Amino acid sequence: MWDYSEKVQEHFFSPRNAGAVDDANAVGDVGSLSCGDALRLTLKVDPDSEVILDAGFQTFGCGSAIASSSALTEIIKGMKIDDALSVSNQDIADYLDGLPPEKMHCSVMGREALQAAVANYRGEEWKDDHEEGALICKCFAIDEVMIEETVRSNGLRTVEEVTNYTKAGGGCSACHEGIEEILTRILAEKGETFDPNAVAGEIKKPKSGLTNLQRMKRIEELLDEIRPNLQRDHGDVELVEVDGRYIYVKMIGACAGCQMAATTLGGIQQHLAEGLGEFIQVLPAEELARRAAMEA
Amino acid sequence: MSGTDKAEGIYLDNNATTMVAPEVVEEMLPYFTEQFGNPSSLHQFGDKVGRALKKARKQVQTLLGAQYDSEIIFTSCGTESDSTAILSALKAQPDRKEIITTVVEHPAVLTLCEHLEKEGYKVHYLKVDSKGRLDIQEYYKLLSDNVAIVSVMWANNESGTLFPVEEMAELARQAGVLFHTDAVQAVSKLPINLKDTCIDMLSLSGHKLHAPKGIGVLYLRRGVRFRPLLRGGHQERGRRAGTENAASIVALGKACEMAMEAMEYEKSSVKAMRDHLEQGILEKVSHCFVTGDPNNRLPNTCNIAFEYIEGEAILLLLNKMGIAASSGSACTSGSLEPSHVMRAMDIPFTAAHGSVRLSLSRYNTMDEIERVIEAVPPIVAQLRQLSPYWSGDGPVEEPEKAFAPSYA
Repeated sequence: MWDYSEKVQEHFFSPRNAGAVDDANAVGDVGSLSCGDALRLTLKVDPDSEVILDAGFQTFGCGSAIASSSALTEIIKGMKIDDALSVSNQDIADYLDGLPPEKMHCSVMGREALQAAVANYRGEEWKDDHEEGALICKCFAIDEVMIEETVRSNGLRTVEEVTNYTKAGGGCSACHEGIEEILTRILAEKGETFDPNAVAGEIKKPKSGLTNLQRMKRIEELLDEIRPNLQRDHGDVELVEVDGRYIYVKMIGACAGCQMAATTLGGIQQHLAEGLGEFIQVLPAEELARRAAMEA
Repeated sequence: MSGTDKAEGIYLDNNATTMVAPEVVEEMLPYFTEQFGNPSSLHQFGDKVGRALKKARKQVQTLLGAQYDSEIIFTSCGTESDSTAILSALKAQPDRKEIITTVVEHPAVLTLCEHLEKEGYKVHYLKVDSKGRLDIQEYYKLLSDNVAIVSVMWANNESGTLFPVEEMAELARQAGVLFHTDAVQAVSKLPINLKDTCIDMLSLSGHKLHAPKGIGVLYLRRGVRFRPLLRGGHQERGRRAGTENAASIVALGKACEMAMEAMEYEKSSVKAMRDHLEQGILEKVSHCFVTGDPNNRLPNTCNIAFEYIEGEAILLLLNKMGIAASSGSACTSGSLEPSHVMRAMDIPFTAAHGSVRLSLSRYNTMDEIERVIEAVPPIVAQLRQLSPYWSGDGPVEEPEKAFAPSYA
């Protein structure tokens, strides 16, 4: 059973302002696809002062939809319509001492019914600009549509990025499989594949935050960044081995045997250390062979 | 949610779970205390438990009408049995990449099948008609050498509608295809005699038949090729590794024995209570109807769709009066859609959301049923007074037109 607050239960069992208002001059009909709930809000607005004199609701919906409708009518009665329009769905939820995450859309439906009723009063057409999807992250009540839109508009590629942008997945982490499925689907639309080991962009991870594989991939990426500089001088660098804080590389082409090799290695070391955010030492591949021989 | 005193409550949600029978509790208690041994152990502590498991296996065998007691594999739940059966069939026949199931299966099967689709398997979902019945011709045409397994529930958990699994298993056998049935709702409510059928695998769940939660069974016909889900021990003849849940296995055995004795009572008295409840509500409440196939269903289940109101709201008001039921409404599950079973039967939107399942057990009484018949009509009336589709004593004229909200 849902964890409904006392206030939600009270407004469900004894709803306020149930039924249509007689001689109403504003009506808002809205529904929420995600729950199949629907609500008709009727208002009686004083034309001179624009104060909401009376409000009534009729709801086809669950306990929290009925409680949210009841709360909405209580909140807005006596308000000027401009002030009423600033009532957010969070205000409705707060009035009820909170709603379970799966039920937050009931409060959204209340706010939309109000907007629709005010539009109706003013002779305007109300268009709903918001869409709801299946709830993915239960900790922060983030739905599928929200995640999809954020992933698309920001070109996100990792679960971590999704968490940074939407909070989804930042709690218990049980929804990470669901987030990965969304990423896989959206990346596939662009002809790309989802890489679970990709490192989130623009986020400096602490040293301990990288797995071995992620760390190696990061080293490769960092080498790729300086590669153009070496290639300009007809040289190149190849990653040979990563052993804890020792990173072995092989200098290729013009770089091999160059008198500046030591300086170049120093430059590579500085770039890698900064990129990884940890202290490392870059050594020539020959050093690896020498150390192995010594150990043997 | 706080309801009234639970001791006074009326429990009509037995398809969700059942009360553990007092006799069953009594039978299992010693296996927490003096009979704590590991049945695999040689010494007397283990030996006694081993003997108890053997007896329980026989009791389950009898209820299922299985030919051999070694065809009974104890698992942790119905879901594990379903997963074991389907995954085993795929593993044992790697060249067969298709599965046949139905759109109204329990999520234990449906969600697994959807996952297997992502891994490249082709899943055929048999559709149902408005009464929840399958088209056997459609099924027959799908059987082929590409199909690894058919998995079809014996009885639907929401509507109670029965599928002709014995006939379907026969067709599968002729086509050389393995047949599994999820029978968690059917076992103990219907006589079952597996040795006379072509059913290869069957899942059951203890807590649906007055045994505790956390114990299930996979029936596996002797000779059916099998690949275990859990490896790592010789338990269940190497087919389900892991130290046996001895107390619960003993409990399930006792529950099966009691179910065998109560079978006639289920078929006659429980059915009579269900029919009385259903008729009582239909007579007193307008604009409601029974979903599923009333002529071919479990004797304990009644699913009524109340039009123009929503199921969760009904449940909350019933709960306040101490009556426990369940609903196919989206809101009760936190999912996007009303029950997939109601949608599959093409129940109109405004009714599917108001479907309420009342499922009885042999522990209910006619007196309780009378009280529920009294309680339901005012609850429905109260919610209809709040509904935008309703006005006075009936629905508004052309309800879907009169109230057509813009949907987000």
